Amino acid sequence: MAEEKKLFKVKIDNISVEVEPGTSILNAARRIGGDIVPPAMCYYSKLQGSGGKCRTCLVKVTKGSEADPRPMPKLVASCRTNVMDGMEVANITSPEVQEARKGVVEFLLLNHPLDCPVCDQAGECHLQDLSYEHGADTTRYEFKRRTFDRIDIGDKIQLHMTRCILCYRCVFTADQMTEKREHGVLGRGEAAEIGTYIQQSLDNNFIGNVIDVCPVGALTDKTFRFKNRVWFLKPVDAHRDCHDPKCCGKTVLWMRGDEVFRVTARKDKYGEVEEWICDTCRFDKKDVKDWTIEGPRKIERQSVISQGHYVGVHKPKDTLVEVLEGRQPKLLLDIHDISEVNRPEIDLSQIDGPAHSDDFNKK
Amino acid sequence: MGRKLLFDKAHIEGIRYYDVYRANGGYGSAEKALKSMKPEEVLEEVKKSGLRGRGGAGFPTGMKWSFIAKPEGVPRYLVCNADESEPGTFKDRYLMEFIPHLLIEGLLISSYTLGCNSCYIYIRGEYAWIPEILEQAIAEAKKNGWLGKNIQGTGFDLEIYVQRGAGAYICGEETALIESLEGKRGNPRIKPPFPAVKGLWDCPTVVNNVETLAAVVPILRIGGDEYAKYGIGKSTGTKLISACGNINKPGVYEIEMNISVEEFIYSDEYCGGIANGKRLKACIPGGSSVPILPANLLLKTAKGEQRMMTYEGLADGGFATGTMLGSGGFIVLDEDQCIVKNTLTFARFYHHESCGQCSPCREGTGWMKRVLQNIENGKGKMSDIDLLWDIQRKIEGNTICPLGDAAAWPVAAAIRHFRDEFEWHVLHPEEATKRNFGLAHYADPLEIAAPAAV
Ligand SMILES: Cc1cc2nc3c(=O)[nH]c(=O)nc-3n(C[C@H](O)[C@H](O)[C@H](O)COP(=O)(O)O)c2cc1C
Ligand code: SF4
Ligand code: SF4
Ligand code: FES
Repeated sequence: MAEEKKLFKVKIDNISVEVEPGTSILNAARRIGGDIVPPAMCYYSKLQGSGGKCRTCLVKVTKGSEADPRPMPKLVASCRTNVMDGMEVANITSPEVQEARKGVVEFLLLNHPLDCPVCDQAGECHLQDLSYEHGADTTRYEFKRRTFDRIDIGDKIQLHMTRCILCYRCVFTADQMTEKREHGVLGRGEAAEIGTYIQQSLDNNFIGNVIDVCPVGALTDKTFRFKNRVWFLKPVDAHRDCHDPKCCGKTVLWMRGDEVFRVTARKDKYGEVEEWICDTCRFDKKDVKDWTIEGPRKIERQSVISQGHYVGVHKPKDTLVEVLEGRQPKLLLDIHDISEVNRPEIDLSQIDGPAHSDDFNKK
Repeated sequence: MGRKLLFDKAHIEGIRYYDVYRANGGYGSAEKALKSMKPEEVLEEVKKSGLRGRGGAGFPTGMKWSFIAKPEGVPRYLVCNADESEPGTFKDRYLMEFIPHLLIEGLLISSYTLGCNSCYIYIRGEYAWIPEILEQAIAEAKKNGWLGKNIQGTGFDLEIYVQRGAGAYICGEETALIESLEGKRGNPRIKPPFPAVKGLWDCPTVVNNVETLAAVVPILRIGGDEYAKYGIGKSTGTKLISACGNINKPGVYEIEMNISVEEFIYSDEYCGGIANGKRLKACIPGGSSVPILPANLLLKTAKGEQRMMTYEGLADGGFATGTMLGSGGFIVLDEDQCIVKNTLTFARFYHHESCGQCSPCREGTGWMKRVLQNIENGKGKMSDIDLLWDIQRKIEGNTICPLGDAAAWPVAAAIRHFRDEFEWHVLHPEEATKRNFGLAHYADPLEIAAPAAV
């Protein structure tokens, strides 16, 4: 009979959980779930050696263990610190942690271009979510932000280092997923950049996964670039019979009507891919006929994507007049006063997706 | 004259070479250890000596050695940290250049104690001429049966390899050093696991500073108990101090850790006083990473006692009024030196040397540098001083390796003790580009809080 493994009792923000020895504080917190889970920008459970770098997951260990109850002197990276039996951890209950995290977010945004309006990652960007939850309203940085030139990694992937937060996830992915590593970090400190032995086309079938692991818009899918905003697309689970044994063939199609705009791996609620997919599935199968559709994808993250989502949507019952307690809304601007609609027959509220400049003529 | 243990024979002509070194008692300690002592007995002597790491942190060496894991069939490694890149520190260079055999003998004894058969000296790339000196010494030692197979018929094997770094301060951090030694990018590892369990090529490894390993030789020569009689309290033995800045006699000095800071600066045996008849303004006594102190707090502790050149003496008062012995890079500033400029110089260094792995250090060091540049160039604002304080506070303790702390402390200490000089820079931007703030009140006698009435 298998010996019963002893579990470690841990308390995170006063909530108890029992986990196997060797579990990190972060994963113990994920076991509990909810808002006590520290944000993680660099750790990726599927990538060996990841974590410890971004420092967003810092927590305070208020009690080391049952055997040695002393608190740890410094905040620790929860993704790379393992639990001990009897450990007590403070995350959202520690003002010190909140303060430090705010500092880390400020550091991460210091040199970030904040070009979300033109960034393909907007809407599914972890840095956006993180800043929204933990960031300050304004910046205290008055200096020029660092910039890099965009680099094409082969013909399907673009690296825009200016947005990179140096989480190293793509480096680990390239290391662990592809046989031929042509991906690493060059330079140090603020000048460090993701090196790709420049512009080399990476001819292995799994390099596309770096797009999925990238928490920001530094690595983007060129076949999808500027095609659409993610929140206008409907994510749909699909699969195909992929011949590559390393590819799971299970993907998410990002669709609008019958058109497949892009293909990604399926991600869990922490934004981690569930299983890796190959580049053929990702880049070359953009026809619905290539796929067996399973049904709508449930997006669990607080992402804006779920706004355009059809699961669990409540139609507002109130009309505007009701909300305004009987007052009639005042028309501030009539679009027809300043623009001519090209297609007069069109009902503006029925335009499929965002209105486009082509839809109007300047008067 | 203070007693010496490392440099007692440094003045002898030709001590760099094996024959002279041997003729003057060299390899006597190694002979004693290998031929008449068990490794555990050597370890016991090192423990008794109270030797503490000379690389900066001051961790007890005997204890560090006893932590090394000893799994069956797995090699163990000793790595000698000769990366010496901390601004103000140049003591290891002197030791390796002039008495390389002292280091080789230390490595031999230490490897024997730890059970290592391969040992690496990782030396900073800028010391371009030293690897040759070391390799020549290694060849001489090998020719005379002190390295290689079956050393002096004892059955113990040891090879020493010299590996040059490529010019990165961060590769002095022990886990970054190990990465670099393995041929990888010199990023510090996330600990645990510690090198004592998983170090070089995932094998148990001890990393020690050059001076630490050399000090094992006199410990074996005179015995751990006798070594512990040098110095005061937990600061046993002698320490190499590399003194620089506005002093009459810059250089590397071996001090017994029982003299005062005042004696070290002003006595003719050591620094010989402040150069050009100027007055002492401030000092960074342990290399650029340790907190700067104004003259008054440097010479006397907040309690009004003489400040001693020991681990405890320099740390007296904690960060509020004390500093650290660090790596012994003793930088002296006279009344003509500008603290803002000095702080900027250090900040620029840490910005340049950050490996860039963790966000607080990667982004924060550059930010501090730029804010300091503004203050230095007459474009500073009052709020910048508080901003600097806030940035350093958010770096300190939140990073992977201590470089983050090392970048934060100099800024913190400069603001803590020299805030009025920073404010003067902000308020008088024109004047600040033409003259320095000067000595101001930084050497004034301290007000000692009267002991509570009984
Ligand atoms: C950024 C950084 C740079 C360091 N540089 C050196 C160095 O150049 N030489 C050195 O001996 N120790 C250096 N250290 C300390 C080492 O990490 C390590 O503590 C030391 O080699 C241990 O030796 P010891 O116990 O003999 O002092 C550095 C540490 C940090 C964080
Ligand atoms: S490119 Fe993306 S995945 Fe790679 S290090 Fe930068 S942020 Fe991380
Ligand atoms: S503290 Fe600085 S040098 Fe150390 S690991 Fe982090 S970024 Fe690198
Ligand atoms: S997720 Fe833990 S440090 Fe980045």
